[in-house]
Parts: sequence; structure tokens; C-alpha cells
Amino acid sequence: MPSITKPLIPLLPLARNELGLTMQDYQGGMSTLCAGCGHDSITAALIQAFFELSLPPHMIAKLSGIGCSSKTPAYFASRAHGFNSVHGRMATIATGAGAANRELTLVGVSGDGDSLSIGLGNLAHAIRRNVNMAYLIENNGVYGLTKGQFSASADVGSRSRRGDSNLLQPVDPIMLGLSLGATFLARGFSGDKAQLVPILKAAVAHRGFALVDIISPCVQFNDHEGSTKSYRYMRDHELREIETDFIGQHEEIVGSLARDRATAVTMHDGARVQFRTVPEGYDPKDRGQVEAYLRERTGRGEIVTGLLFLDESQQDMHETALTPPNGLAQLPFSKLCPGSAELESFQDGLR
Amino acid sequence: MTAGGDGGADPPAATDVGNPAYYHRVVDCQWACPAHTNVPEYIRLIGQERYGEAYLLNRQSNVFPAILGRTCDRPCEPACRRQRVDGDPVAICRLKRVAADLRGDVAAGLPRAPDTKNGRRIACIGAGPSSLTVANDLMPLGYEVTIFERHLKPGGLMRSNIPAFRLPAPVLDEEVGVILDMGVDIRYNSPVDSLRQMLGAGFDAVFIGSGAPRGKELDLPGRGGDDPDDPHIHIGIDWLESIAFGHVTAIGERVLIIGVGNTAMDCCRSSRRLGGRDIKVMARRPRRFFKASPWELEDAEEEGVEIVVNHAPRRFVREGGRLVGVEFDVVEWDEEAAHSRVLEQVVLPCDDVILAIGQENAFPWVERDLGLEFGPGELPVVNPVTMQTSLPEVFIGGDAAFGAKNIIWAVEHGHQAAISIDNHCRQVAVEERPPLTMNLTSQKMGLQQWSYHNDYNPASRQPMRHLELSRRFQELNLEVELGFTAEATAREVQRCLNCDVQTDFDAPLCIECDACIDICPVRCLTIVAAAGLEPAQLGPLLSTPPTNPEQALFISEPLPQTGRVMVKDENLCVHCGLCAERCPTAAWDMVKFDLAIPYAGRVGIPIS
Repeated sequence: MPSITKPLIPLLPLARNELGLTMQDYQGGMSTLCAGCGHDSITAALIQAFFELSLPPHMIAKLSGIGCSSKTPAYFASRAHGFNSVHGRMATIATGAGAANRELTLVGVSGDGDSLSIGLGNLAHAIRRNVNMAYLIENNGVYGLTKGQFSASADVGSRSRRGDSNLLQPVDPIMLGLSLGATFLARGFSGDKAQLVPILKAAVAHRGFALVDIISPCVQFNDHEGSTKSYRYMRDHELREIETDFIGQHEEIVGSLARDRATAVTMHDGARVQFRTVPEGYDPKDRGQVEAYLRERTGRGEIVTGLLFLDESQQDMHETALTPPNGLAQLPFSKLCPGSAELESFQDGLR
Repeated sequence: MTAGGDGGADPPAATDVGNPAYYHRVVDCQWACPAHTNVPEYIRLIGQERYGEAYLLNRQSNVFPAILGRTCDRPCEPACRRQRVDGDPVAICRLKRVAADLRGDVAAGLPRAPDTKNGRRIACIGAGPSSLTVANDLMPLGYEVTIFERHLKPGGLMRSNIPAFRLPAPVLDEEVGVILDMGVDIRYNSPVDSLRQMLGAGFDAVFIGSGAPRGKELDLPGRGGDDPDDPHIHIGIDWLESIAFGHVTAIGERVLIIGVGNTAMDCCRSSRRLGGRDIKVMARRPRRFFKASPWELEDAEEEGVEIVVNHAPRRFVREGGRLVGVEFDVVEWDEEAAHSRVLEQVVLPCDDVILAIGQENAFPWVERDLGLEFGPGELPVVNPVTMQTSLPEVFIGGDAAFGAKNIIWAVEHGHQAAISIDNHCRQVAVEERPPLTMNLTSQKMGLQQWSYHNDYNPASRQPMRHLELSRRFQELNLEVELGFTAEATAREVQRCLNCDVQTDFDAPLCIECDACIDICPVRCLTIVAAAGLEPAQLGPLLSTPPTNPEQALFISEPLPQTGRVMVKDENLCVHCGLCAERCPTAAWDMVKFDLAIPYAGRVGIPIS
């Protein structure tokens, strides 16, 4: 069989979400990425997150740029809207899409090349504007589509498959986000869906720009000894200290948490969630403290994962720009484009 | 760190796939078949139009593919994995018939007896499937086999109890002939009336395959009447035998059949062909407790037979000594049909009654002072593995051993008895059974290419074509099932899930990228932090909590990066091979499991 299609095998009764949809309803075309690519795991995690959040597929907009990562929107939610933009310009297209229709759930999927090299400016300004979207960076440290050159996120000293060392400083998207005023910053690992799925759900539900940096090993060009973004390296250096689970808005559940171990709490839907306190003194709302903590850990060669920073207090793009509550798409044409006379009088006011 | 569980504690012990029994259990049909026929392999051969090879592969284990392709009890089909997927098993039995019908010239693959004999003489009593299997296995080794048969034709129950509209005589004659033509010394019209005589006749071993020839009697008031041999009350298997040998050619218009097993089905359908018009099969219990195979019930009902439930016979009703009906208690059962309550009595008028309520073994010809130990129910004590009795040179198989079972069990008894007889004659302990072994062969042909058709095909079970109803009753011997068309065969073979092609895991190669878990269409894989857990504790942690305790959970060795384990629920896996296609390190592979079944004089050699 030359290509892989996932057959619909009626072996088990399919689980359904609040909309009556099954996981199959959030699937897309079959992946053409290399077998074992971390990106495919992230795709699977997104499908699970959408399913569990009961998002209507037609109200999702998938946006991407260029690169292996940017191919992945074809592999999930085939009933959603999609836009595959010019290299590095996804954040800008997403800003426009969000401005036009604020009812859409925007999910951007990008890579370290698309976001941290050619598209760094676009990313930075989308963060500043606090565009209401989930922005995923599928971060593997190499340019996979062009045969494995170091990308802007490769660590100093990380080795290529041919043995060369990277000499340039990496761009750390979390640090970048902290400095630009981002309101939601998380880091995950494609090989750890138990942590990644709740992060993605929280990112989708966040009001504002949610940046999720996901270490996603490139099995072809960056999964060898000497790589700092391989499955093996992640498993040896991941510091999963900030545990995450996503709970939708419900009545408060009050309880006490143990300081030194996980505490299981039964949620409204009957699920049990393991709560673990953040490290002593860690405040995910204190930008300066988070930055210091991450610098210290990164200096030790550890890769901290989890929901790292959250600020729900800031205005998102719509609140800043005072866009109409139903979005521009719902405005009658006469209001959206009031005509030449209106334009004249507006310009007169600027003279 | 992602590695979970208690640091230092061991995960549950890894599954030993080196034991042939493990993968054998996964091949549900082969496991369920008493003779362990390699079903998936022969279905693939049929799919490749290699009918002769498919036939011979069948013949190795079940000896009578054409006969069984029409009459087998099909223990494989309720076990079939496909049934768990879409509710209907693969039509394994009917595909077997396709292989038999289209086999062409297979003479070169049939067993042959050597010209030089080994000097050992074996007596078989009864020319039914178990004795014939003994001859089939021993003749090629140089044994001289003599079969004593009370009738004028061979086949045993296959001839006397299975009506010709289900199993035409030429089909039976041909497969039985292959065995007899090896030079078996068959003595027709030779009922054995003394085991003592037989033991004194100079045979090295005696195999008793005389069946369960006595139909159970229903001793109710009115049974005897004026005439103890009432010509209108028949014992089912005796009556069928009389039809088979041409002694009975007619029956009354109104017929009541008591009992609802497969013999009852053969009786009611035969009645329909001999002049019966109003035929009722009377069952004591509700339908879901019937012994008859569902397809035989369907066929009977299609032919206009009425099946009446919850009627327990009370007495035979006579007028002037003549049978005119049967009185029944109409009963109501509890949920498990363990206890009943009588609601009322009814009398159903009839011209004939056929009793089909079971069969018993009978050994009036075995002297009790020979040292052959008898157990409860006046049945000889038989070792269920070796088929040996307390007399070392006497072996019993088929229905004679443990009561009425079916043809495929008789064949398996014959195989095992042949091994024992061969051991016995070579002075090897009969308990020394040759071991089951296996071959595992990778099916990888290239990148995402396998040497089996791994595409899931959503085709539904193909219906059987039947002779039109108006034609069926014109002649007694017209076969009702017409076999599959080429198109139906092509679709049906694609329904097989190739359970013998195993998803085989090599833990040291795994990098835990989750690709297999993401692609699995039935969510049967999970990587679990299992340190310190017992296998029984894994269930709730799996992608799909297991629901079928009959099926194993595969547990891998600890994975190299995190020490977690890969768990596969064998109950769910549909052997589509997608995990192996997506695996970047070939930790998953699709390997064909080929069970090597030993037969007498032959250590197990993988068949394909």
C-alpha cells in the first residue's frame, strides 16, 4: 500500500463530544511527513484538544506559513477554514482574519524557521497586538524541508547530523514572548501528549495571543546524538515542573493541595485531574520572576515545559482597536464601506 | 521527567512472544478450530486463486476440506475477529468449499503409501472421519490399516446422518476414496461384535471410531402403545440413516420433530423432501438456547418448517392404538432458562414423530472383563490428549470417545490417536507428544509495502446462493447451497483481517515518538508508565480500556528512553500494519506466524 489512509473500522462505539461529533470529525488528510515526525504527534494532540473542547469544526480557522510544520493543517480538521500563507507571514494573515471575523477560533501552526527566522517580525507584532489566537511553533531546530540546516532555534553547540556544531545563539520564543508582553506562554514536547493536550486546550481558550513552543524532534535530520532537540535529549533534560490541565469555566472546587506531591481532584465532568503545585515561589503571573527562573534553568541545560506564563488582565486586539462586537464580517456593507462622501469627510477631518 | 511510576520498581513482566501459544491465541479462528487449520493462510491462497494449494493446506489439518466446507460446525466463525469488527464473521467454511470446488488436479500433493510396509498392522472399527484420519496419517508411514465397517459404504455419520442435499455423495466418495485408495484394507458389512476377538486377531493396535450410534429414546406415556416398534415414531439418526441407504422414501404429511439440534434440522428438512407438508420442530426452551447452528435454522425456516419454542412433550396421544398426536406442556422460562413454569397443555396432531434429542455411545460389543476400564455412564475411560484407553493397545476417537461432537473434532482425535499409535508401535511413551513450533517471517517488502493485503476492506459478509425453493423438493439429493460466485469469493477473502500476520514489537528500537499510537485506527496501543504495577492494573491506563478478558494484553520490555512499556490490546488489533508503516525505526514489524503442527511420523514443519 503506497499511501496511508486511516480506515474507519467500526470496532468500538465511537466516543462523542457535546456536539455529538467523534474524533474522526476532527481528522484531516493523511500526513506526508516522515514516519516518526514529532509534528504528527502534535496534529494528533490538536485533534484530541478540539474534540474535547467540542469546537464546531466550521468555526476553526487553521493558518500556516511554509515548512514541514506548515503542512500539518492539511492533516487535521478538514472541515475547518484554512489559509496557507507566504513564508513567515502567517501571523499577519491571522491578524486580518481575526479582525474580520472575531467569532472564529484561530489556530496558527508554524515552525522555528517560519516564526523565528523569516517571520520573526510578523510574530513579534502579533504578540504586541495580543491577537486572539493559539500560535503553535513546532520547534525542531532544523530546516527539515531543505535537508537539515540549523535553524534560529538551534542551541549553541548542538550538532548537525553531519557533525558540525551550531555557533549562533538561539532565539528562545518564550523569552521573546516575555519581553514583548505576551499574555500566554507555554512549552510542550510532542512526545508527551498527557501534558500537551491540556496546554493546547488552554491556549485555544485563552483570550489573547497564546504562544505555545513545542519541541518536536525531526526524526530525519535532528534525532541523533549531539542534537539538543532529539527524543532522547528531551527525555533526559525535560523539566516537567509546571503541570498543566485545562478546566473549563465551572463552579469553584475548593480543596487543599499537597506541597510535595500530586493531588488528584475529581472535576465536574467526572474526570480526575492531578494537581501539582508549581515550584516553591514560582508565580506564573510575575513576568520578571518567570524570566529569571527560566534563565536559571536554561543555564543548567534543562528544558522547562508546562504553562509558564499567564496574564489574563491585558486587552486583546479587539478591545484595543474597539472593533464591533460581532466582528467586521457581520457589519452590513453600507457600514463597512460607507462610500466616497464619508471618506471625503473623514479625510477632511485629518487636514 | 516524563518517566512515570515509582522510581526503581519493576514494570510488569514482558510478554513472551517466543512461546508459540501466544501468537496462536491471537489467530482466533485457528485457535478455535479443533484441528488448528491455518485459516488466514488458505484464505490468502484463495484470494490469489491458488485453489489447489489452499485445498492441500486445509487437508493437512482437517483431511476432508470438501466435506467440511459444506458440513462443518464452524467453531472458527463465532471466534472470528471480523465478527467483533462488523458483527459478521468471515464466511470461512464457505471459502473452504470454494478451495475444494476449484482445486483442480491435486494428486501430486496427496499422501501416498510406500510399497514397502513397516510390518505393523492397525485395526480401525468404523469407517467414519476419525478412523479415516488414523488411516490417512498412518498409511504413508508404512502401516497396514484394516477398517471394519458395518455398512456397505464408508463415511460413517458423514454418510448416514448428513442428508445428501447438504453433502452430495460424490463429494463424500471422492475424499474418502483418496484415503482408501492408499491401500486400506476395508471390510464392508463387517460389524464388530467382540473386542476380545479383535484383540486376538494379531493387530498391533486397535482404534475404536464407532461413533455414538444410539439415538436417545423419549420414554413418555404412550410411547409403546400396542406396538412397541411403532412405525410412526422414529429415532432421528436411525431414520436419517435409513434414508441414506434407501430404506425409507416417504413420511406422513404432519410431522413433529422433538429436539432442536442439528440432527433435528436434518430431520425436518428431510421430512419436507419425503412428503411432509406441515412440519414442526418442537423446542423446550427459547430460541437463544438452541443447539442448532443459526444457518441451519435459517435454511429450515426458509423451507417452510415451523419452529415452536417453550413446548415440553408430555405424552404420545393415541386413538385405537394409532398415534394421532403429542401432548405438550406450554412452559414459561426464567431469564437463564434454568427454571420453568407450566402454563397449559396442548395436543398437536401429527402423522409421524421424529425424536432428535441427542445421541449416546454404546459399547455392547466390548467385553467388561478385558481390563478396559469403564467410567461413569458405562463409557470407556479415554485420555483426552493421547486417546489411549487403559488397555495400552486400544485407542478411541470421534464421537465414540466423549459422546457426540462433530466431524472436525473426530478428525483431530484421529490425528492425535495416530501419533499415539505410532509412538506405541515404536515403543515410545504415548505421552511424549511432538512439540508445537512456529516460524515468524517478516512481511516487509519495501517502504510501506507488505506481502499481504493489509488494506481494511469494509465489505459485508457475502450471502450464499441457494437452490430455488421450488426445485429443492423435487429430488432428495439436490444440493441446496450452490457455493460462492467468483465475485463473492473475491469480496469475502478481503474481509479476512490476516490475524496470523502479527504486529510484532522490538522494544530496544523504540524512540517513543507516538507515531504508532497516533495512526492506530482502533486505539489499541498505549505507552504506559507501569513501574510497580501488576498487569491487571494496566487496564484503566490504556487508550481503550480492555473489555475482553479472553484476549491478552501484550506488554513490552521497558522502553530504552523512559523505561515505560508499550501495551497492545490483542482484542482490538486488526492487523492493518499501519503502526509498522509509521514506525521510523522498524520497532514494529508485521511478521507472519506460521504454526508448525506435528502429525504422526512428521515433526512440525511450517506449512507455508
